[in-house]
Amino acid sequence: MAGIVQFENVGLRYGTGAETLSDLSFSLAQGSFYFLTGPSGAGKTSLLRMLYLSQRPSRGSIRLFGEDVVQLRRARLPGFRRRIGVVFQDFRLIPHLSAFDNIALPLRIAGVDERDLVTPVREMLAWVGLADRASARPPTLSGGEQQRVAIARAVIGRPEILVADEPTGNVDPEMAARLLHLFDALNTLGTTIVVATHDIHLLSRVASANVMRLEHGQLQDPTGALRYPPRADAEGHG
Amino acid sequence: MLGASQADRRLLPEGRLAGPMPWVIAIMMFLTALAAAAGLAMGDAAHRLGGDLGRQVTVQIVAADPGVRDREADAAQHVLANQDGVSGLHKLGGDEMQALLQPWLGDAGLDRDLPLPAMIDVDLTDAGRARLDRIAAALVVAAPHARIDDHASWLAPLVALIRSLGLLAGGIVAMMVGATAAAVVLAARSALNTHRQTIDVMHMMGSTDAQVARLFQRRLALDALFGAVVGLVGAIVVILGIGRRLGEIGSGLVGSITLPWTAWAALLALPILAGLLALAVARITVQRALARTL
Repeated sequence: MAGIVQFENVGLRYGTGAETLSDLSFSLAQGSFYFLTGPSGAGKTSLLRMLYLSQRPSRGSIRLFGEDVVQLRRARLPGFRRRIGVVFQDFRLIPHLSAFDNIALPLRIAGVDERDLVTPVREMLAWVGLADRASARPPTLSGGEQQRVAIARAVIGRPEILVADEPTGNVDPEMAARLLHLFDALNTLGTTIVVATHDIHLLSRVASANVMRLEHGQLQDPTGALRYPPRADAEGHG
Repeated sequence: MLGASQADRRLLPEGRLAGPMPWVIAIMMFLTALAAAAGLAMGDAAHRLGGDLGRQVTVQIVAADPGVRDREADAAQHVLANQDGVSGLHKLGGDEMQALLQPWLGDAGLDRDLPLPAMIDVDLTDAGRARLDRIAAALVVAAPHARIDDHASWLAPLVALIRSLGLLAGGIVAMMVGATAAAVVLAARSALNTHRQTIDVMHMMGSTDAQVARLFQRRLALDALFGAVVGLVGAIVVILGIGRRLGEIGSGLVGSITLPWTAWAALLALPILAGLLALAVARITVQRALARTL
């Protein structure tokens, strides 16, 4: 398995304060499932933001898909972002668009013809159990439904990496299990999954998942799976 | 592709004419069209005054004796008709002279005993204008009482004034274009702030700056086009009203201030130019703002 993500000595500092994240060095294997856990304020969201190219690190190197993205020209970022699906903690659905249009947005951005996107979007709505809510707007959807629209939007473009920030934070345990099942199903199709959560009960829900733990801005590696190549006893994960 | 379809237009949900920009553009266009009309009319008037009227002279035979006056007038016409550069001659008849004098002399101008000079309007070509001194010299030999009244000599300051007013109008138009562009910049920045969340989401999904800019430039250009059409319609009403008043004055000089069809065409093109200006300014503004983000 190739390292689809590689962080080397990455540090992140906001303004002139102390580093929020320090000395992050790890590699994520392509097609694997990772949980990123840690207490609130540990820096999970900051790490994810660097991963989905919303934030540049203050120092260190980040390689995505084999290319250094820290020095990447801004004009090339969209091409990389289209290969990454993101489920935001607060969903970030566009409130005036229907569920259908929210899910179709990545395809429209990618230039897919209107005639060609109807079928995949309807299939995706059915996949997340919202086939009958296609025309509903986010404010009229429940938290769980919004979450599923956000997930459908993140995966409609068949991203190579899916990043989800606390995707189960706003849903009940039954819905959380269902969402994790969706991620697992996507993972079996070859997508690398990174799910940030502070809910340790989720970690056992995906048998093949590796665990990354952030504490005080530094990464712990309880399974040894983050080194690349992975440690021998961790290769069974993912 | 974003920026083209109905679905993409739904990304920016505000209705048409949201915010003050279209109405600000309407006011700008109203003033711009008035200034442009003034500038174009002044330019046309200056051109015609400097051209047609500037190539005219009037020959006066100032002799008290009617016999001498008539004889020299005939001689003067004969000399002028044989000069290079003279394209037309017209000796004013008695009725025309009386019509000229009547506003100043009243009925006294109709008195046959009042000694009046003989007057000959002469049209010159550009070449004739250049050799006016030689024409005058030949004229004086044939008609010693002849005097030449060169229209260009008294029209020159007026033409200069009209040209200055035309330039001033042009300057006002330029300032209005700048102010219109500034209004579009402010509207684009406001729209960016209003739709910041949508833009962030689009960026995270791989939208390019050009795709985002297309959404805004289309909206702002259409708003500007609407405002410009409203402003131009108002200005045309005013221009037609002023033209009617000028026509009622009946003065030759004031009457020379008219709008040729090319000027009307230029005025009608202003809304399209305003739309294109808004399109370009919005695109540049949005792309510059986005370039400051990651």
